[in-house]
Amino acid sequence: MTTPSKIDSPTLWDSKEMQRRTARRYRQERIFRAAGLGAVAISALFLVVLLGNIISQGTGGFFQTYIETEVELPVKVLGDPRTMTPEEFANSVRRANMLGLVAKSLEETFPEVTSRSEKRALIKIFSTGVRGQLAQFVTENPNVVGTRQKLWLLASDDIDQVVKGNIDTETDEGDRRVSDRELAWLQKLEDAGRVDVKFHTTFLTSGDSRNPEMAGVWGAVVGSALTLFVTLILAFPVGVLTAIYLEEFAPQNRFTDFLEININNLAAVPSIVFGLLGLAVFIGTMHLPRSAPLVGGFTLALMTLPTIIIASRAAIKAVPPSIRDAARGLGASPMQVIFHHVLPLAMPGILTGTIIGMAQALGETAPLLMIGMVAFIVDIPSGITGAATALPVQVYLWADSPERAFAEKTSAAIMVLLFFLIMMNAVAIKLRQKFERKW
Amino acid sequence: MSAMPDQLSRMTEAMPEVTQTTRTPKMAARDVHVYYGETHAVKGVNLDLHQDEVTALIGPSGCGKSTFLRCLNRMNDTVATCRVEGSITLDGKDIYDNKIDVVQLRARVGMVFQKPNPFPKSIYENVAYGPRIHGLAETRLDLDEIVATSLEKAGLWNEVKDRLDTPGTALSGGQQQRLCIARAIAVNPEVILMDEPCSALDPIATARVEALIEELKGRYAIAIVTHSMQQAARISQKTAFFHLGNLVEMGETTQIFTTPREERTRDYITGRFG
Repeated sequence: MTTPSKIDSPTLWDSKEMQRRTARRYRQERIFRAAGLGAVAISALFLVVLLGNIISQGTGGFFQTYIETEVELPVKVLGDPRTMTPEEFANSVRRANMLGLVAKSLEETFPEVTSRSEKRALIKIFSTGVRGQLAQFVTENPNVVGTRQKLWLLASDDIDQVVKGNIDTETDEGDRRVSDRELAWLQKLEDAGRVDVKFHTTFLTSGDSRNPEMAGVWGAVVGSALTLFVTLILAFPVGVLTAIYLEEFAPQNRFTDFLEININNLAAVPSIVFGLLGLAVFIGTMHLPRSAPLVGGFTLALMTLPTIIIASRAAIKAVPPSIRDAARGLGASPMQVIFHHVLPLAMPGILTGTIIGMAQALGETAPLLMIGMVAFIVDIPSGITGAATALPVQVYLWADSPERAFAEKTSAAIMVLLFFLIMMNAVAIKLRQKFERKW
Repeated sequence: MSAMPDQLSRMTEAMPEVTQTTRTPKMAARDVHVYYGETHAVKGVNLDLHQDEVTALIGPSGCGKSTFLRCLNRMNDTVATCRVEGSITLDGKDIYDNKIDVVQLRARVGMVFQKPNPFPKSIYENVAYGPRIHGLAETRLDLDEIVATSLEKAGLWNEVKDRLDTPGTALSGGQQQRLCIARAIAVNPEVILMDEPCSALDPIATARVEALIEELKGRYAIAIVTHSMQQAARISQKTAFFHLGNLVEMGETTQIFTTPREERTRDYITGRFG
């Protein structure tokens, strides 16, 4: 078959050798495709495991155990709403010994509990948040004073964990936080159908607390929102203007090369370094308030800027030069060329870069630790200069807390963080679609 | 040129003199040199553009004809390494003078590019953009009027009048190029520069654009760069042959294509090199 002068003879497309080559090529294609599919499957698996783990653990964080109790609400303790102004009544309710009222109702349910120490232990099945819960109920419904009311009151975190099955009741009594005596009381209440796990709005509406059953993410959500707002307001215009200048106006020389290298390097700097910079410059030198979203936003903006600049430059560079020529040829000024033609076409890419930067900023913990946004803050932040914390920092704080119940709060807070992220991405995709055009 | 007898070269210079004495040129280039960094792209070109005349610039690729054309409305300004020497005047005023506003110059000297480049906007917006940025229309009705007449002049009105709000990029290549011409004439220019406007079009679309140029001839001074000798012969009154950055020969189109004075011109138009 093979003649000495291979080049001159016609190619034998159906020879054995050719068939083997074809078979080998097909095999390689199959392996390559299988490898790609495998890679996708592995990433999907990781994602499912991660999300499944967080959701299965975190769902409980949105629910709390409540115990039904019939509470006597005497005028003697609470004050008479008919003879007082609403403010006086509210004050008097706030001063009232609510736990005493609850303890009294427990005496009726558990007549066998008589000793002082046992009574003190018994009231512990309720959360200390019951005080506020009762006070709010009475203030909002003044006509309940002087009556008996059946109320669902918040159980303590340990009882809650037992009800949710997160504490193993079979282990030795000394190894668990709930004693056999408490378990017996709980059993009696459960038998009477007075224990229920209900959706817990407090988690979504209140700030942090030392008690897991009263802790909420709203303070952190507001803190994150304010911080990101400052970041966006600062990083987006500065980033886009920098990109426009570097792409459209800056002369190509050593200085701009130097700038470009530095911007690319900044994108790779560990985020904690930006935190140190923020601490030194904004708090140390400029004396801006500590723990404030303002400083957090500034610091995260520094971190986000390189990402936005790099993405925006790429997007601006991708606009066909023919569009610029067309506008210039009609007598559009450089600014008109940019704002009428280049920016609208580059906008989808710029938005993608911005959203990547913002998502990065949303998930960032380290720089915020440096500027004091890690403090324990109960109040909902009122503005960009007030003390605040952020969602990822809240996750970090709760993950670090010893109480068992904070574990599910941590996962629940991660779910809120992910929800936030998904909403942001959804907005970005919508904006992208709005700006996207063919040419 | 050195090989030419003296008599003939004197005639080369004498010929354009005849036309120049009768009319003043719309645009005049005198001893124009263009450099890209170290590269000397255009070497001492003298060329006049007249009102109601089409001037074709022909020559092999890289001969500097497009570069020269882009100097006429200072499109080369954005190329950082580009340097222009000599003088180019529009109605007797130097366009490279510091007092000249480039934006106004480009409105007066419009340009049509090799590849149709409509904006990714509606047909209406494409044409309305120029008049709008120069404030040529007082009211919406005026603007509608300008858009309609521009599209009519470009011979596109009948094809697009029912879909002015559809994207200009959705038109066929030939329609896009006529849209670009409509866009250029909407700002009411005095000169139109065309850089190989038909090289991306099929023969039918080319014929339509050529017919359009024929129609526009009376109103504007037109300079067109083309690689098609037939096209130059069909549509132009004057032809300029560029080679290696030099303007080798310039004259009446019929004369250039029938009795070229320069050997290089003859070789090029008969297809012997290029």
